[in-house]
Amino acid sequence: MQDLYREHILDHYENPRHHGVIERADISHEESNPLCGDRIRIDVKLGAEGDRYCIADAAFTGDGCIISQAAASMLLEDVVGKPIDEVEQIEPQHVLDLVGVPLTAARVKCALLGLKVLKTGIKLWKLQHA
Amino acid sequence: MNDERRTVAHGQVESLDTRHIRADFPILAQQVNGKRVVFLDSAASSQKPIQVLQAMDDVYRCAYANVHRGVYAFSEAATARYDQAREKVARFIGAPSAEQIVFTRNATEALNLLAYSYGRHFLRPGDEILITELEHHANFVPWQVLAQERGLTLRFIPITPEGQLDLDQLDELLTPRTKLVSFAHVSNVLGTITDPRPIIQRARAVGAAVIVDGSQSVPHMPVNVSQMDCDFLVFSGHKMLGPTGIGVLYGKRELLEAMPPFLTGGDMISAVGFDGPRWNEVPLKFEAGTPAFVEAIGLGAAVDYLSALGMEAVRTHEREITAYALERVSEVPGAKIIGPTDPQIRGGVVTFTLDRIHPHDLASLLDGEGVAIRAGHHCAQPLHIRLGLNATARASFYIYNERRDVDALIEALYKAKSVLKR
Ligand SMILES: Cc1ncc(COP(=O)(O)O)c(C=O)c1O
Repeated sequence: MQDLYREHILDHYENPRHHGVIERADISHEESNPLCGDRIRIDVKLGAEGDRYCIADAAFTGDGCIISQAAASMLLEDVVGKPIDEVEQIEPQHVLDLVGVPLTAARVKCALLGLKVLKTGIKLWKLQHA
Repeated sequence: MNDERRTVAHGQVESLDTRHIRADFPILAQQVNGKRVVFLDSAASSQKPIQVLQAMDDVYRCAYANVHRGVYAFSEAATARYDQAREKVARFIGAPSAEQIVFTRNATEALNLLAYSYGRHFLRPGDEILITELEHHANFVPWQVLAQERGLTLRFIPITPEGQLDLDQLDELLTPRTKLVSFAHVSNVLGTITDPRPIIQRARAVGAAVIVDGSQSVPHMPVNVSQMDCDFLVFSGHKMLGPTGIGVLYGKRELLEAMPPFLTGGDMISAVGFDGPRWNEVPLKFEAGTPAFVEAIGLGAAVDYLSALGMEAVRTHEREITAYALERVSEVPGAKIIGPTDPQIRGGVVTFTLDRIHPHDLASLLDGEGVAIRAGHHCAQPLHIRLGLNATARASFYIYNERRDVDALIEALYKAKSVLKR
């Protein structure tokens, strides 16, 4: 029973990293998983590094199951400081590796919600700033 | 099947002998994660007894050919079994005749058939459709779409804080413009059993037709359309021991006859000329194309199985196990039962929340213990909005569930609490 809810997952759920909202964020995007109602909003402050944009800071809020919220926390910890072009290329498997426990198909959707929000947010920002 | 084996005398009403019943369900003998299967999601779809599997297998092995078409032995045998299945279903729900049983894919398709055929033919801009706040999306979305398309008004019977329909407002909600009333006989979330007769009588008084969604009642209790006097009843075979892909629309004959077809093509016409088609008689008018006749025959076998148990006995069994589950779940610290707590007015559905544990986490933790429950909004999002909840956990029972299944649920709930408590 405990397998899915290992210490590090519960830790991220109870003490989420990068939790909250960023005032005057460059990117703000929110989505929910229609099946279970999990909801995540991510704010991103961009920084310029030469001619590349990178994630200077990021924060999330939301509600939903442990897996969705813990995975968002792990994801933001991982992406802060990275160029947005690189973040756009993150494969779902990378997030599943961060989560690090086997997930059933239904729960994979929960784990990937944060990544979906972040990638869509970046894409929309790029469209506006193209 | 030997009936005595599966029911035991129990006061005035027979009760079910679950040990013998379980022997008919091979899937329940399997293990999940090395543990006994505790299947508590029959409200979503039930398991199937060998009698149903065999009835379908037997058609494919011994009597398979397309129905209504061939004049050779296989086709006639398959057609005869298909017709028998329709008669069995008609008897099971007290329908005056088998011609009033239309086979559909499921309850959802039956409701869509009504929205397209009845709704688009008989409803005019400004007319009103009355449903309730607790409906499954299947009895919600088709009416929303129809209302938008045709300029109709959709109104809702509200629920009381205890989760029953608030019929005090019914007289206000029913107006001369109300043309259609549709509601769930039993709620798939709250378990609430609604007595359909007062609603039907009052709807009739304003001239509205009444649809009863029997998806959660027909599998679990005696339902008689003639006594109830509804205009339409819909339900799905897969929730009542039958296969997937087969559902039922019962309708009053004069209404079915007045309604235009839903899908068109083969089987549903009596003649096609270059100047146009002539529709077949009911029910075939509504069954375009090759029907799911093997599945219908499987449903016939399911109806035989349930009839042999007796639907009174099925209901008694479920009321007992639901009473036990309501009592045990409410004893768990932090558990909150959603919906009526009186087992007399509650079907075999126990929906709850536990502490602030998200129902998905709960369902995953319970799955690790071999206990299968449902988590989410159970296709009733408007109801969850009304309840102020994103999601709930639901355990539901059927003829093969026993008290020890409830015990396993409770044990797993305590274990989940301990894993997530820090
Ligand atoms: C009350 C109710 N109505 C309608 C349905 C839809 O049934 P189906 O998905 O078989 O069409 C369900 C199934 O969950 C239900 O519980």
